Amino acid sequence: MTAARVSYDEAMEDFDPVFGIEVHVELNTKTKMFCGCANEFGAEPNTQVCPVCLGLPGSMPVTNEKAVESAIRLGLALGCSIRESSRFARKNYFYPDLAKDYQISQYDEPTCYEGSLDVVLDDGTVVEIGIERAHMEEDAGKNTHVGGSGGIQGASHSLVDYNRGGVPLVEIVTKPITGMGERTAEVARAYVATIRDIVRALGISDGRMDQGSVRADVNLSLRAKAPAGEDQDAVPFGKRSETKNVNSLRAIERAIHFEAGRQAALLSDGKPVVQETRHWHEDTEETTPGRSKEEAEDYRYFPEPDLLPVEPSREWVEELRGTIPEHPAKQRARLKDEWGFSDLEMRDVVAADAVPVLIATVEAGATPQAARKWWMGELARVANDQGVSLDELSVTPAEVAELQSLVDSGRINDKLARQALQGVLAGEGSPTAVVEARGLEVVSDDSALEKAVDEALAAQPDVLQKIQDGKVQAAGAIVGAVMKATRGQADAGRVREIILQRAGVEG
Amino acid sequence: MSSLERSDVARLAALARIDMTDDDLDRLSGQLSAIVDAVAKVAEVAGTDVPATSHPIPMSNVHRPDEVRPSLPQDRALAAAPEAEDGRFRVPQILGEEA
Amino acid sequence: MTTVDWTRKTAAQMAAALKAGEVTSVELTQAHLDRIAAVDGPVHAFLHLDPEGALETARKVDEDRAAGVELPALAGVPVAVKDVLVTEGLPTTAGSRILEGWIPPYDSTVSANLKAARMPILGKTNMDEFAMGSSTEHSGYGPTHNPWDLDRIPGGSGGGSAAALAAFEAPLAIGSDTGGSIRQPASVTATVGVKPTYGGVSRYGAIALASSLDQLGPCGRTVLDTAMLHEVMGGHDEKDATSLDEPVPACVDAAMQGATKDLTGVKVGVIKELSGSSDDGGEGYQAGVKQRFEESLERLKAMGAEIVEVSCPSFEYALAAYYLILPSEASSNLAKFDSVRFGLRVEKDTVEKTMLATRAEGFGDEAKRRIILGTYALSAGYYDAYYGSAQKVRTLIQRDFAAAFEQADVLVSPTTPTTPFKLGERLDDPLAMYLNDVATIPANLAGIPGMSLPSGLAPEDGLPVGFQILAPAHEDARLYRVGAALEASLTEEWGGALSAQAPELEVAG
Ligand SMILES: [Mg+2]
Ligand SMILES: [Zn+2]
Repeated sequence: MTAARVSYDEAMEDFDPVFGIEVHVELNTKTKMFCGCANEFGAEPNTQVCPVCLGLPGSMPVTNEKAVESAIRLGLALGCSIRESSRFARKNYFYPDLAKDYQISQYDEPTCYEGSLDVVLDDGTVVEIGIERAHMEEDAGKNTHVGGSGGIQGASHSLVDYNRGGVPLVEIVTKPITGMGERTAEVARAYVATIRDIVRALGISDGRMDQGSVRADVNLSLRAKAPAGEDQDAVPFGKRSETKNVNSLRAIERAIHFEAGRQAALLSDGKPVVQETRHWHEDTEETTPGRSKEEAEDYRYFPEPDLLPVEPSREWVEELRGTIPEHPAKQRARLKDEWGFSDLEMRDVVAADAVPVLIATVEAGATPQAARKWWMGELARVANDQGVSLDELSVTPAEVAELQSLVDSGRINDKLARQALQGVLAGEGSPTAVVEARGLEVVSDDSALEKAVDEALAAQPDVLQKIQDGKVQAAGAIVGAVMKATRGQADAGRVREIILQRAGVEG
Repeated sequence: MSSLERSDVARLAALARIDMTDDDLDRLSGQLSAIVDAVAKVAEVAGTDVPATSHPIPMSNVHRPDEVRPSLPQDRALAAAPEAEDGRFRVPQILGEEA
Repeated sequence: MTTVDWTRKTAAQMAAALKAGEVTSVELTQAHLDRIAAVDGPVHAFLHLDPEGALETARKVDEDRAAGVELPALAGVPVAVKDVLVTEGLPTTAGSRILEGWIPPYDSTVSANLKAARMPILGKTNMDEFAMGSSTEHSGYGPTHNPWDLDRIPGGSGGGSAAALAAFEAPLAIGSDTGGSIRQPASVTATVGVKPTYGGVSRYGAIALASSLDQLGPCGRTVLDTAMLHEVMGGHDEKDATSLDEPVPACVDAAMQGATKDLTGVKVGVIKELSGSSDDGGEGYQAGVKQRFEESLERLKAMGAEIVEVSCPSFEYALAAYYLILPSEASSNLAKFDSVRFGLRVEKDTVEKTMLATRAEGFGDEAKRRIILGTYALSAGYYDAYYGSAQKVRTLIQRDFAAAFEQADVLVSPTTPTTPFKLGERLDDPLAMYLNDVATIPANLAGIPGMSLPSGLAPEDGLPVGFQILAPAHEDARLYRVGAALEASLTEEWGGALSAQAPELEVAG
């Protein structure tokens, strides 16, 4: 049954939305949160498990120091205060993918609390989002449903892989965000994009939403619009829905559109909105109700007795504060100026996640435009073909800069540079090594070029006549023949000069 | 005040995932009420000015370096599983309560 | 041809004889396996035996000794292990049917320490299910019987380990003590048991009951033997975040010093609320228990100790706090027994029904009682009044101890208010059962070390009475000094260890 709904715009006309977002960030530590198993995506099932992350009787957790450091750095980047003494707590609930049937999380004393984050919208508007907390916890394993349509409903049974169980997460919880009106969906999307950019800039997560490294739960409620001239904040919040696992930027916007429309339709009809968990369906772009609330959740949190308080020293926190990179949106504005890119160029670079590789390539000596040309052109195509991100390509920014310098010095031309790049991508070595090994250098020896020109002219005597008759553009045919004969390794400009000399015509 | 009704025990047993017969509920609600009455006196002395102790020996910041340790091979991880399939632990259908 | 009954020797004597070449580890180990075969039927101290593994370890120790390899102090001396301890390749059940047949793929740190110490592991001893109990009657595999009187409880939860020692089935055993599960069985079987300072022995691989209270510890028939095992078990472990990062206390040295019977300058504090004195907390204390306690105090005084009385008023709330904290933590620790990765499964058509049915069938009554109680104490709306308040009581108890230790080096009390009761006597009265642990629980709440050692037999029933010694955190060595002194004084009078007076068990044909 599909719920009645109105359009997002209609919903926004009649109601004032309040929303909040919980983002789970998977940290890219080498090991899991509480054991030494490798934290890597995509291994064979149940091969990255041990007594601790399988929850075997007797096993005990020990906190990963790097995960604590990453959580504190993320908290600092979100403007949070770092608690002098924070601790872990157990969140108790039964679920087959939760090995111990409790999740080690943080509850009343999270490590990072009370922050705020500037989110820059596409038109440059800056919105400040209040951060309530950022806390450490562990991920659950993964259920695969067998039989039926592959979903949980109608499955005959399920299979559990605990490789992901115990992977370190930081959960970032916003304060309720109000006053965004019809920009709610846009702000929500921009907020999650900013978190993703920040965790990447911090180097604490790959930020890949497609692999679940950044996952969002979106809470939304609607309240009546205050009559003109009255304080909107005096109107109490409505009942909210919590839509789980909204795992792409587009889906965040769509889920908010859907939920606002669904709730507005109910409220307009005088029906109540049920406070509940809902699931996002990527295929239909709809949400459906989750588990029934007949049996209210009671997580029975209590301090994790197997772990001790986290009490980072002031010195350590300040040292970590020194490692916090520039806010990605502000960095982008600065780079656009420094690099002299147009709005459109910069937006494309950002959209392609090419900022980090561009920075590195420019640092390695290339001009911004040259760096942009390579990464947004040839390399973007290759990455797309291979289905990998730019930073996963087997060519480094330094090699791209080196390639460009070979072009700039005239040793190779653009066409040869592309061939050299193929060699680098194929693992044949550095650009210089590939140029040398493949013999790709521009033929700069005039005698060789003169010989090739003479041969081409002899083969096409009519062309020589045309040139001498003043049809200088006819030289193109000879240039082409020479380029072919030299397998593209000639400098076309120089070839043309030689042809004109031979024809006795000045260029 | 603190006595546990049969329905309370039923709710708690469901939370703790323990099936209980009517007999179990009758017996347990009686026994647990007596125990709860006996232990409820902790609230008498626990003033707001008394801090809670959750670890008997105060310590903090015990962390582990981020270094990979060997995991169990898959067959050993699955060896004690009541049921396994395709390298995974097999469980009966979960139904609509994806967490 | 030797006619020595090696099972009657102390572990220290066995270690010396091994070193001197008077006996081999294989002989020692076989002697104990034979004794187990002869008497364990009616005692039922063991849930699982590993004769092959024990003899294999023994053989290698003998080979190495013959080859002149330097060996650890207790190498070749057999040991029994409470089934709470995870042992790689050996069944581990924690006394519960829900874990029947589980063969762990890893070793607890203490098992690994025993292996490193080259001690043959005879087998796994019986216990109350998940260590929940004071009588070993809550074992999923039937009760253990007290070798002093087979109709009586051997204490609990470590009744199996204590009974194995009292029945001369093992010279040493591992126990775990959450609220007295080492000391109380020691008390009622005339053996010695020590709960170390919290964190002194790694809990990694000990199946958790209540994580903030649990502590593994050594059990023996003498104070020195217990000290030797303590040093093998203890020490820092990076796999247990709550493990103390400090050297193992010098228990053996302290025991040796104590054996000289000089307690000059030692201040012994008698805990008024636990001493059975008639004006305060005296009810429930058996006359013979009080008598042996008073006599022991006189002995300490005679050896130069100064006896003072201390008061710990918050102890009145200790039992209540304990029976909130323990079930709360246990309800969470026992959640993992869910039929998914190991252990029992009672298959139903959905995973939730399967979990419900499995846990209903796999857990015994006491486990269910405590899980429900803990679930209640942690649940929304009750946390502050129950779990939260209990953790505050814990602070008050720590303060009481701190004040008491200002006045005394060690504190003492009877270990249990009574000698062992009859099997079945308190099974239907959980509250009466819980009262067994009234004197031992405060140490667990505060994390401090405690020992129980025999102080004689109650004149009225001829059954063992235990004497408890408590020391400040990290000061485990004091237990051994004072305990060894009292033991030396008592054994002098008895003409040997009290354990030798246990009635002969009928030997199976
Ligand atoms: Mg969470
Ligand atoms: Zn692991």
